Amino acid sequence: MKILATLAVFLLSVAFTLRPNEMYVFASGQAVPENLSEWGFFAGKLADQKPIDGVLPYRLNTPLFSDYAEKLRFVKLPAGQAVQYNPDDVLAFPVGTVLIKTFYFPTDFRDATKGRRLVETRLLVHETNGWKALEYVWNTDQTDAVLEVAGEQTEVAYLDGEGNAHRQTYVMPNLNQCKGCHNRSEKLMPIGPSARQLNGELAYASGPENQLTHWQKHGLLTNLPALTDRPKTPVWNDATTGTLDTRARAWLDINCAHCHRPDGPASTSGLNLRYNETNPTAWGILKTPVAAGRGSGGRQYDITPGKPDESILVYRLESTDPGIMMPEVARKVTHREGVTLVREWIRGLKAE
Amino acid sequence: MKTLFALLFSCCLLSLTAQAQSGVQKAIQKQLILTEDGETIQLDAGTFTFTGSLSLEDKKNIVIRGQGMDKTVLSFKGQTDGAEGLRVSNGQNIIIENLTIQDTKGDCIKTMNVNGITFRNVKVEWTGTPGPDNGSYGLYPVQCQNVLIEDCVAIGASDAGIYVGQSKNIIVRRCEAYHNVAGIEIENSLMADVYENNAHENTGGILVFDLPDLVQKRGGNVRVYKNQIRNNNFDNFAPKGNIVAGVMAGTGVLILATNEVEIFENQIINNKSIGTGIISYYFTERPIADTAYYPYPTKINIHDNTYQRERGYPSRKGRMGLIFRFKLKFGKDVPDILWDGITDEKYARPATMDICLRNNAGATFANMDAANNFKKISRNVTAQDCTLQPLTDTKLTLK
Repeated sequence: MKILATLAVFLLSVAFTLRPNEMYVFASGQAVPENLSEWGFFAGKLADQKPIDGVLPYRLNTPLFSDYAEKLRFVKLPAGQAVQYNPDDVLAFPVGTVLIKTFYFPTDFRDATKGRRLVETRLLVHETNGWKALEYVWNTDQTDAVLEVAGEQTEVAYLDGEGNAHRQTYVMPNLNQCKGCHNRSEKLMPIGPSARQLNGELAYASGPENQLTHWQKHGLLTNLPALTDRPKTPVWNDATTGTLDTRARAWLDINCAHCHRPDGPASTSGLNLRYNETNPTAWGILKTPVAAGRGSGGRQYDITPGKPDESILVYRLESTDPGIMMPEVARKVTHREGVTLVREWIRGLKAE
Repeated sequence: MKTLFALLFSCCLLSLTAQAQSGVQKAIQKQLILTEDGETIQLDAGTFTFTGSLSLEDKKNIVIRGQGMDKTVLSFKGQTDGAEGLRVSNGQNIIIENLTIQDTKGDCIKTMNVNGITFRNVKVEWTGTPGPDNGSYGLYPVQCQNVLIEDCVAIGASDAGIYVGQSKNIIVRRCEAYHNVAGIEIENSLMADVYENNAHENTGGILVFDLPDLVQKRGGNVRVYKNQIRNNNFDNFAPKGNIVAGVMAGTGVLILATNEVEIFENQIINNKSIGTGIISYYFTERPIADTAYYPYPTKINIHDNTYQRERGYPSRKGRMGLIFRFKLKFGKDVPDILWDGITDEKYARPATMDICLRNNAGATFANMDAANNFKKISRNVTAQDCTLQPLTDTKLTLK
């Protein structure tokens, strides 16, 4: 008994000064829902992720790699409002928009009927004072997901496309980490849904259709040019959609350029991996590292043309050491196929 | 029986501690997220182990306070998530004080886009033998304004113990840095006062660098004064590829391509290779593609310092070791102040590049004539005997 009391005191003294269960609130002062179900985005069983009318699924041509998690994406625009087309950047969604992204692992990547495990649903909510990120972690019963401000981690297991078994730690971000990537000049911003990323087909209930065309038809998108005039991000692993160069640059853009851009948090490095950067030094060719530390791996340049094994970029993409790897958060395993693409691309680059 | 009981107790205590501490990590991170502007986050005394980075974002007027430098210890040994120990972004008037951060995978404390950042009585260290697996920077404010670093200690960084990069209005004072590759480094930064620090047993004591391809292009108005810069003879352990990997063991002060630097009233003692070096970026033989970058050091005013050096050979290691042995051939009689002598013909006074050396007790000098393959090495300091207007002191705007 005495021991228990001692332990209790010990634990209390270990705990930092904490305030009681604080509510997380919107700009309006309204409390953020504790459970994903309270948002009412989905009909029927929540885990089936069947969106109600007004919540539209979408996909990106080349998505961010997230430790092999699969993603379901949805957008909900405020009733009666549309977003204006622009060719280059993330669409300027109006206040009231919610972007919804559910991460899951299929039990077996070769056979969807074997089921899946939903791990987290991330929301980006456009409030009057800017975007807010929210993180909901799915419960083990898969009945609902619960708001988690400080992040979480879990073990996931699956069979990959070749039938190999994998077991890995899966980390869900705390809300500060959201801004680690979703950061444009220190403002929280969406990353994925630009017109060029959305310019591809999706299988709707009504049949397959170009997403931008579909959005326009349903009054969600204005000023859309003809199909042939819309820029298109290639699909990184589909050689019919682009050259090695454009596919590698597309992969680097979505995986790196949220930070490595002039208005992103990795601007300090001088490395800009946006698809449209034209200065070869800025995207790493013969560029010496600035604050890479042991991330340099003893290599001289970010990219040594023709030599992936002498390129810091490859070293950091392949590593899973948190002091070396890139991206530096939200990754526990190496994107093997992505690295292969970047290696091929660097091998094909010619020294001037 | 008693022994068994004690054993059981200690095992349970340990497991509970581990659990409690992972709870602590989550609890403190939650508090860093939910804390409101103007609040103080108090950390208890004790050693706490973290497996992931902590971060503070978008906050104003926050104090993160431990119970004392060696009393509140945040250890990141075995870190699995995130590179830094603590990261602060987009803040105003943030104070971090009275604590220690140890053994992070990457940098110990990185702050970015913070206007008003104070580190006071903070120790950042990598325990054990210094090596290339240590993180890069101990204290690492970058793209910040009004940076105050005082009474801090930095040990074991594989790049710089205290590093201020691409920042404006900086004071680094009364700090101690040792067993780092670079003790204290000011890089691409404007208006910095570095004084009364003790940089010893690093590879290089205090570095003032301007590098190409960065967002904040040009540093300057950097004053380094009244520092103790001794015995910085530690073998370089920086991972290759990094600019500091080229710093020669035995370097006291090194100025690379920076303009307007004043070095005065320092004790620069027993740094066996380069008491003070003044070099252009060309000297590094790295390519320059940045057209807005000015690779020469100019307006360097080095005066009223005390130099001492025991007669003996400089470091034999690395590219600089080779240059000393086969080009400079100073033997045991190594000059205290070295200039690469690479000049810009377009500069107003190309012969001197406004590099002024005066009244440095015990100092000897050499112009290495590096641009001409070290052909006319000159030990004559007469051309450099000039003085410049003192630089203005740095004033911080802190709440």
